[in-house]
Amino acid sequence: MSAPARSRYDAVIIGGGHNGLVCATYLARAGRSVLLLEAAGRLGGAAVTREFAPGFRVSAGAHLLHLMPPGLLRELNLGAHGLKMAAAGLPTVALSRDGQHLLMGGRAVPTLSSADAQAYTEWRRLLGRIAAALHPVLNEPPPRLGTDAWSDRTALMRLGWRLRRLGRRDLRELLRVGLMNIHDLLEERFQSPLLKGALALDAVLGTNYGPRSPGTVLSLLYRLAATHGSDALSLPEGGLGAVSAALAQAATAAGAEVLTSQPVARILVKEDRACGVALASGAEVSAGVVISNADPKRTFLDLLGAEHLDAGFVRRIAQLRTHGVTAKLHLALQRLPQFSGLDAAALRGRLLVAPDADYLERAYNHAKYGEYSQAPMLEVTLPTLTDPALAPPGQHVASVIVQYAPYRLAEGWDGGRQRLTDIVIDTLGAHAPDLRQCVMASELLVPTDIEREFGITGGHWHHAELAFDQFFMVRPVPGATQYRTPLPGLFLCGAGCHPGGGVMGLAGRNAARQVMHEVA
Amino acid sequence: MSQESPHFRQPLLRTPFHERARALSQIDRFIPWAGYTTVDVFSSAEQEYFSVRNASSLFDLTPMVKYRITGADALRFLNRLMTRDIGKLRPGRVAYTVWCDDAGMMIDDGTVFCTGENEYLVCTAERQLDWFAASAIGFDVRISEITEEIAALAVQGPTSYALLKGIGLAGIERLKPFEHGNFTMPGTDGAITLMVSRTGFTGDLGYELWMEPADATAVWDALMRRGSSRGVRPIGSQALNMVRIEAGFILPNMDFVSAAHTLRIGTERSPLELGLAWLVDFKKGHFTGRRALLAEQQRGPLRQLVGLDIEGTKPAHNALLYTERSGRREAGSVTSATWSPTCKRNLALAMVDAPYIATGSLLWAEIYLNRELVWERRMVRARVVERPFFAPARRRATPPAEF
Amino acid sequence: MSLRAANRYDAIIVGAGHNGLVNACYLARAGLKVLVLERNPFVGGAAVSRSLYEGFTYSNCSYVCSLLRTEIIRELELPQYGLQIIPYEGGCTMMRDGGHLAVYDNHDAMRREIARHSRRDAEAYDRYVRDMLRHCRFIKPLLLREPPDPTSFRPRDIHELMFLGKHFHGLGEARMYDTLRFWTMSCADMLEEYFESEIVRGHMAGSSIIGTALGPRSAGSAYVLLHHYMGSIDGAVGAWGFARGGMGAITQALAASLRASGGEIRLSAPVHQVLVRGNRATGVVLQDGEEIHAPVVVSNLDVKRTFLHTVAPEHLPPEFLDQVRRFKIRGSSGKLNIALDGLPSFPAIPAGSPSIRGDLHITDTIDMLERGYDDWKEGRWSRAPYVDMLIPTQIDPTMAPDGKHYMSVFVQYCPYELADGPWTDEKRKAFGKTVIDAIGAHSPDFRDLILHAEIRTPWDIENEVGLTEGNIFQGELTFDQLLFNRPVPGYAQYRAPVRGMYMSGSSTHPGGGVMGAPGANSAAAILRDLGRKP
Repeated sequence: MSAPARSRYDAVIIGGGHNGLVCATYLARAGRSVLLLEAAGRLGGAAVTREFAPGFRVSAGAHLLHLMPPGLLRELNLGAHGLKMAAAGLPTVALSRDGQHLLMGGRAVPTLSSADAQAYTEWRRLLGRIAAALHPVLNEPPPRLGTDAWSDRTALMRLGWRLRRLGRRDLRELLRVGLMNIHDLLEERFQSPLLKGALALDAVLGTNYGPRSPGTVLSLLYRLAATHGSDALSLPEGGLGAVSAALAQAATAAGAEVLTSQPVARILVKEDRACGVALASGAEVSAGVVISNADPKRTFLDLLGAEHLDAGFVRRIAQLRTHGVTAKLHLALQRLPQFSGLDAAALRGRLLVAPDADYLERAYNHAKYGEYSQAPMLEVTLPTLTDPALAPPGQHVASVIVQYAPYRLAEGWDGGRQRLTDIVIDTLGAHAPDLRQCVMASELLVPTDIEREFGITGGHWHHAELAFDQFFMVRPVPGATQYRTPLPGLFLCGAGCHPGGGVMGLAGRNAARQVMHEVA
Repeated sequence: MSQESPHFRQPLLRTPFHERARALSQIDRFIPWAGYTTVDVFSSAEQEYFSVRNASSLFDLTPMVKYRITGADALRFLNRLMTRDIGKLRPGRVAYTVWCDDAGMMIDDGTVFCTGENEYLVCTAERQLDWFAASAIGFDVRISEITEEIAALAVQGPTSYALLKGIGLAGIERLKPFEHGNFTMPGTDGAITLMVSRTGFTGDLGYELWMEPADATAVWDALMRRGSSRGVRPIGSQALNMVRIEAGFILPNMDFVSAAHTLRIGTERSPLELGLAWLVDFKKGHFTGRRALLAEQQRGPLRQLVGLDIEGTKPAHNALLYTERSGRREAGSVTSATWSPTCKRNLALAMVDAPYIATGSLLWAEIYLNRELVWERRMVRARVVERPFFAPARRRATPPAEF
Repeated sequence: MSLRAANRYDAIIVGAGHNGLVNACYLARAGLKVLVLERNPFVGGAAVSRSLYEGFTYSNCSYVCSLLRTEIIRELELPQYGLQIIPYEGGCTMMRDGGHLAVYDNHDAMRREIARHSRRDAEAYDRYVRDMLRHCRFIKPLLLREPPDPTSFRPRDIHELMFLGKHFHGLGEARMYDTLRFWTMSCADMLEEYFESEIVRGHMAGSSIIGTALGPRSAGSAYVLLHHYMGSIDGAVGAWGFARGGMGAITQALAASLRASGGEIRLSAPVHQVLVRGNRATGVVLQDGEEIHAPVVVSNLDVKRTFLHTVAPEHLPPEFLDQVRRFKIRGSSGKLNIALDGLPSFPAIPAGSPSIRGDLHITDTIDMLERGYDDWKEGRWSRAPYVDMLIPTQIDPTMAPDGKHYMSVFVQYCPYELADGPWTDEKRKAFGKTVIDAIGAHSPDFRDLILHAEIRTPWDIENEVGLTEGNIFQGELTFDQLLFNRPVPGYAQYRAPVRGMYMSGSSTHPGGGVMGAPGANSAAAILRDLGRKP
């Protein structure tokens, strides 16, 4: 733990998650003096690789790299900062009880009935066109409504123009389906339950919604928009922590000062302006601007304090829906379990347990009443197949995203944790009968653990639920959009902002640009 | 207290003074006020008016909504809520203040009593729990509504001091304006402890008495008995409305609509527009609405509440105001109006567009005269004048004159 | 008059539901020779008063009135033709634990009622009502307008889009966001921003699920709540009332108004198909083979029944047909109409409370409603259903013999298709029993007072009224089917792909409920196309 080198910076960034690091890099490259303060002993927030059992390491938060847009990766030049991909273009495999798994994504062509195959091709084209039209929206701050600012008006006009350019057919379809639920949309187009299950999973992953919840088409479009419609999956060598390490190196190389184990106690305010931060160590650092990578609740209620904000705004922050429903199970495996009907190439990809959309909906039903799913949906990776260094020789790691596991579990997570672990092992075990025998150790991170480990209030991936009423122009809440806050000099750069979470990095870059735009 | 019917039969509560008030009411004019039934007029608003300006009046204040605010952050909470610096309010003092929403628009006004360190009593015209609860997020504070636990009586008028002294409140002569303290009233059934504040809504010498509901009738009786030879009388809301306009005080739902209730766009009013800039302390640190009010202050007001002196004797209730006699261009409207029997002037409070708010501006008010059901429309001169319209020196004298 | 002339009209309206009649009235008043064809031997569609048990009148489908636009009532002079709408006061939600939350007209009574459960909620209620009224004020001017096509460059569409934009912009920044959020929120999330008490939330949430295939936790259900709030009676926004003589009084008055302006109605005249020649509607052919001609054909049937069953597919663009097939019109509500030998007692409701004369609900929490929805998703009726009961005979003396009462019981959720096979008599009885038991749990003498009960599942409603899948709104009120998406994108302006053919039913903007706005809006579109002044 080292102390800041200077007493004043152009910008102090609170939190060294990937967005904070990206923001620091862009500001430092623009010649600003930047100090980034991370509370934990390591950087990267929820994009982190760490040991969970002796000799076994895993990407403890996000476990695949797929949302970071190619343009951003290029600009950051992470390759030069040590990032190597262990595997790219990974397929997705929807597991079927009968062994007739569905291979999709990457370069795979799913084996489908001819009607479904044609519908699938049309579907990918349509979503691809819409995603391409929406992609630029993620690259800039969302406009504000009703202001006199020229930038807001042109942004709105650009958005209108971009949508109109989709053409009448696609625009009509977007205006219709954009607000639909994924279940109904898939019903309109496909027959194969397995295909519908797999596509529905992408729409609900990380959200507190089921396939029948309106808004789930939007969350799917949002995922696709980030990557221009491609759904290429990659596994960095060394896990997602390697991305954070490369981002940290990029930030340092750009001249930012990056410190770990330096929790910020509070944001300092002078004459109604954020003027620096007080560290838990007692030291104070002054700054031209303070940028928070922490979630909105933590930023406003804990670090800043309600007394610097208007009551109506604070009520909105308090009402922000931030409860996660996604758990993460890590398994240390003695050997590779025998997955029936999967070849080695398929096994390296993303395995889904989402046999049909109703299965997901039923899994979601439990979460509404404070229960975990009795038959959860799973997204599984076996990273040691492409990156053996994560486990002792011959042994393996399984990283499993489990949904739904509510933040507030009626029975309490003390007993629930082991029961859910067993359910997940049994659920996955249905496809790999010897799984249970292979498990040497396990770790289940439920939302309350995610809150504790990564400092995300409510343990939600996206810091705040990704729903219309917390989306785009009203994300995280009206009054704190465009990475600004009601307090001059205080900005946000985390997943709670547009365009949200996932290891995407756009919030960090957009925030950096906004800061540079406002503070010349 | 009488046996209450269920709320769906009898939605309005009765104050502890209700039986006494009903006995003295000559014309049965009761109106609802903040969930209670209260007297509008006992016998004649004019006669009741003169008891405030000439002798002593009793006004049942019980329906005022009262909150007790305690906890380690009580002061921080109030300071973020209200536009004035509550930090300057010492125990034993009272302050009139307002609070706003995020847009700097008035939610309500009220008085804050500092009763100890981080212990306050807040009196408001309307219920505020929803807004106070929102304002309490992030503060260690307890807010309890105690409206029904405290009976309150305003004793106002030039002889009010003599009257309170007369019922035995020792030391009352030392109580200065905007101070409060506990006093003991000797009685046949034992002494009664009262909190008395030198506050009021009349602009005259006066006090407000706060007591246990159980003591209410004994206090009322003592005051009526002691003051009977000196013209003490209970008054209703109408008389109070006349004196508060003379004093230049504003009333929610008359002079502004709380931003907590407005449906239309642009009908909220800021304290700057209501002429309450003196209550807004931009230097004390942040409070809700500060940034919006600062921006409004820099922009300059679009409109403001002003006092009007209107030609003729007919109160200009709800009158539209124009820039010329022809009535072609509107300049605002009257919010409250009364004939002032003391000033012998036709007074009004009006919301007037910015170009015409300067003292001395001449406007025209459109009023309708009922000539035995033959209606006449009159355009009369309305001149912007300073407020308050009536401010007798006796209201501030300490000790007050003993008559 | 020759037979030929007798069978020629200026406009034919298929279906004598309230919107069809409203449409016909406006056309007839503009001077058109109008014929309304109805397959049932009575007019009214789902707004009917039926005598199905000696001495009793049932509002056997729709049962309360609020949404019917005042403009329509006045312009069509419905009071002159016998329509009288009486507001009812209050209502009551009963909880399974015996508690209750009543609704009272008086503000102070209501505040004290809510305060029994939560003092904070009693005051938050004012903020809730304020915000709902603000949203009503925003939506009101949009109801009687034709929604613009956002993908079009026609001057009228651009003009209407600009109107929408200006109307929205006029809210100011803060309220624009509030509006955006409200329109896309779930009812449960929305209510959590106001209330802490479960019963208060559960009570308010009831209206968000009526007639929909959404649960209270589904995004968009807040709008459904508003849809039930935006009506008014005599200027009181959100008020609901009874039509004296049952809901049929509305359509009877409409029919009388129509006849007075020279319109004709033929009953028991089911339409087989719309006649189309050269992409132009030319009339209809009845099921008995009779042809009737008119240059304007208006279908008041729901969009599926209209285009999948009454127009030959070769006249319609395949893409349009695809969209119609995709239109979501799932039935989710059941109805019981019960003749009672006396007024049932509800021990939860305090003696003397006027709330028994309003709408009585069985709900206690949002979770209960949501679990009811979970049942519907699985293809079964809610095991603990949401019940909305009314006993209009306490106010309207015309509907039952003295001392006896008619009870209308609306039930949410009940599926059109059961997971375990088609509806049978037995299953219908079992469904009825579930509902009667649910009511019986709150009213000990209820079962013994039942003289007759009509049990209607969505399947029955489809068969008797003709509403596809028994959906009471002629199509779900979800975003993808509102405004310019209703009924399908590109055809939201009441005009069918076939020239001269129009839609007037609740499948079109602004949707269902006995509102009449779709009928009025489509009449305006027709008259504009004909170059006539409405």
